[in-house]
Amino acid sequence: MEKYIYINDRPVLWEDEKNILALARKAHIEIPTFCYHSELSLYGACRLCMVEVEGRGLVTSCSTEPFEGMRIKTHTRQILKLRKTIVEMLLANHDQECPKCSRADDCKLRDVSNRLGIDKVRFRKTRERKPKDLGSECLVRDPNKCVLCGDCVRFCDEIQGIGAIDFAARGQNVNVAAAYGKSLAQVDCVNCGQCAAVCPTGAIVVKSHIPQVWDAIHSGEKYVVAQIAPAVRVALGEMFKLPSGELATGKMIAALRILGFKKVFDTAFSADLTVVEEANEFVSRKSKGEKLPIFTSCCPAWVKYAEQSYPQLLGNLSSCRSPQQMFGAIAKERLPQQLGVEKEKLYVVSIMPCTAKKYECKRPEFSHDGIADVDVVLTTQELGRMIKEAGIDLNDLEPESMDLPMGFATGAGVIFGNSGGVSEAVLRYAADKFDIPVPENIVLQEVRGSSGLREASLADGNLKMAVVHGLKNAQILCDKIVSGEAEYDIVEVMACPGGCTGGAGQPIVHNKAQRKARTTSLYHADKTMPLHRAQDNPFINELYETLLEKPNSHQAHELLHTAYKHRKRIDDDELSLSGAGAEDRCKVRVCVGTSCYLRGSQDILAKTLQMVEENAWGKHFDIGATFCSETCDKGPTISIGDQTIHHATLPQIREMISKAAGTRE
Amino acid sequence: MSATYAAAHSFNKVMEILDRFERSETKIIPILQAVQEEYRYLPQEVMTFIATSLGVSPARLYGVATFYSHFSLEPKGKHIIKMCDGTACHVRGSSAVIDAIRKRLNLTAKKITTDDMMYTFETVSCLGACGLAPVLVVDDAIHGQVTPEQALDAIEKIEAEERENA
Ligand code: SF4
Ligand code: SF4
Ligand code: FES
Ligand code: FES
Repeated sequence: MEKYIYINDRPVLWEDEKNILALARKAHIEIPTFCYHSELSLYGACRLCMVEVEGRGLVTSCSTEPFEGMRIKTHTRQILKLRKTIVEMLLANHDQECPKCSRADDCKLRDVSNRLGIDKVRFRKTRERKPKDLGSECLVRDPNKCVLCGDCVRFCDEIQGIGAIDFAARGQNVNVAAAYGKSLAQVDCVNCGQCAAVCPTGAIVVKSHIPQVWDAIHSGEKYVVAQIAPAVRVALGEMFKLPSGELATGKMIAALRILGFKKVFDTAFSADLTVVEEANEFVSRKSKGEKLPIFTSCCPAWVKYAEQSYPQLLGNLSSCRSPQQMFGAIAKERLPQQLGVEKEKLYVVSIMPCTAKKYECKRPEFSHDGIADVDVVLTTQELGRMIKEAGIDLNDLEPESMDLPMGFATGAGVIFGNSGGVSEAVLRYAADKFDIPVPENIVLQEVRGSSGLREASLADGNLKMAVVHGLKNAQILCDKIVSGEAEYDIVEVMACPGGCTGGAGQPIVHNKAQRKARTTSLYHADKTMPLHRAQDNPFINELYETLLEKPNSHQAHELLHTAYKHRKRIDDDELSLSGAGAEDRCKVRVCVGTSCYLRGSQDILAKTLQMVEENAWGKHFDIGATFCSETCDKGPTISIGDQTIHHATLPQIREMISKAAGTRE
Repeated sequence: MSATYAAAHSFNKVMEILDRFERSETKIIPILQAVQEEYRYLPQEVMTFIATSLGVSPARLYGVATFYSHFSLEPKGKHIIKMCDGTACHVRGSSAVIDAIRKRLNLTAKKITTDDMMYTFETVSCLGACGLAPVLVVDDAIHGQVTPEQALDAIEKIEAEERENA
């Protein structure tokens, strides 16, 4: 039996829609929403989506389940009035500086306000103006534009499993804040930018580095080159009214040249290089049976997350730098000579789908003698904006092609932009070694798909892989790996939904179909390329012959690999119990993380403090509690000066403390 | 009790509190209450420590702590004075008392603790003692139907005691 619901007196077939909102959409009615997001939990706080249900009065359409024969009205006089009132109240506390906002073209608040024909705001401001958070390399938060829908909070908590931001205070002071009101740069935020991508307004936006790039181009001094990540080419067109997923590579290259970029290269080239390095690293680990699973390391949000939350797994992360940083290192090493420019004048701009790449390029290990491997990162959106600013009509440009040698890539490098792409590219490289049959079209269907966690078992179970996107999924998987409940050889992690194509630097995603179109298009791009395996890229082979010698060589390690370190979640969150600050004091840190604590670290800490106290040695020591958790199996772990003691016992620590005090008395 | 010893003592107390409430996320409020009792406010590092122990994000814990006006993330003065400014108290003249106290202690609505960390003066919404309006609380002692003069007297009394103990 078919079930019907009546929307504005017209019957609508009710299939499996979970709420009135979805049904209305089917009836071609778009009900405005702020706090509803199909990928997140229900919040039902903004009340903008109110509709009238016969016999029940006003209900929120985002959180009301349909029932058979339900009769709904979506634009009664009362509803329209209510919506206006709600939006006016939001506007009253909004700074209304829309012409200066980077989300102006894509703001729900502005859109709804227009649609409702609001031409004045009848209410007074009740909230005080709050300062912007400008601390992060990647994002800018402006609380004066926030409508308190909580989408950002829920994304960070539910999909990324981090909870770097949350509601703080209450009443008219409610605001979205990082812990202790700090900047995002000082807390556990991994810069994925997804909070900005789901924010309906300009309250969280990507930090713009357009001025730096214009400066470099206009300086006349710098030789500005670009590298373009795979995912950019399937999304940029959306900003110019091309259909989602339409491949805009050629037009984009032409636009970059018009803007003033001297050379345009492909990050997919260095992704090919990543495949070779990472696959060899994996094969060597696999043959020795050590440090497995290998985790991919191309996603800087995931890398920071692992550094904060899984120090015990850092040894498992591939030591490979991301394709962006491999490109930067090779560019600064080779291009000066190849192009005849001084190294100081070569200016490398990355065009990325990703906000976290902005943070990655600023990591100190990726600069040498004051010269960064990658000078600045622009997101897809920022490139689109530059193109618009220059008045370039992207759609009408004749396509052009990338520059050689670093503009030549195989399909393996291109599919890096999709979740599962890195795994597939590595598999294509290593298939021979593991006797994995590769079909004619070299599509390894096993690792494709869109679910948040996918598993595959290949080579008769000799090769177990997992592909995750969303850091919450990564968390679940990592916990299983740490506890021994799950075992894999290769784990690919991407923080963003669907991988880089769903990155927060891309044009705002409005629906699932849009995501899907980008993914499909990237796989298409692979198909239309002449080569599909990284090892077939002649320019990569040339690079090994002339510079790198062989995969994982000493030189390759110098240029293409990196190391990770344990990071605290919150800046200065160490619990100093005595004499912090003075530098010449002997620093003592006792781990009180769960496993050290269970092994008695707390008792050692208390007794040590007591001992220092009794002997009046306070001036010699700076004693504190930390969560190191890095070596949980060896707890209690205590560091005294530059020594680290595992399996610490009280007598041992007492002796060391006395000795340290002795030399200082 | 020296500073070091006090810090260690308080920290052990935190451990004890966490154990007592089984390091359970559902007991966030009583845990924060107990910890605030120990430190008289919620120091940031201790908050991060608690968040990690409970497996919640520091931002969430910060959110909880800032939701309840009972919790303070700033160190408070040695003596805590609270004046009710709820409807009943307001109608019965709490404003005059508030002004007098602020003037005496050189405080404002924003700056609530004196530089010497001796006093914190806060206004609260309703103490549930409307029959006594306007209500003043000085270090847990409740004064009903206070006038500005009585409030200033209460402060003088503390001053005198402090001088004696000095
Ligand atoms: S950038 Fe990512 S990790 Fe940081 S607050 Fe936003 S959603 Fe959370
Ligand atoms: S910052 Fe944006 S997403 Fe977050 S609550 Fe405010 S309006 Fe909503
Ligand atoms: S969208 Fe339904 S209450 Fe916000
Ligand atoms: S209004 Fe002051 S106690 Fe109720």
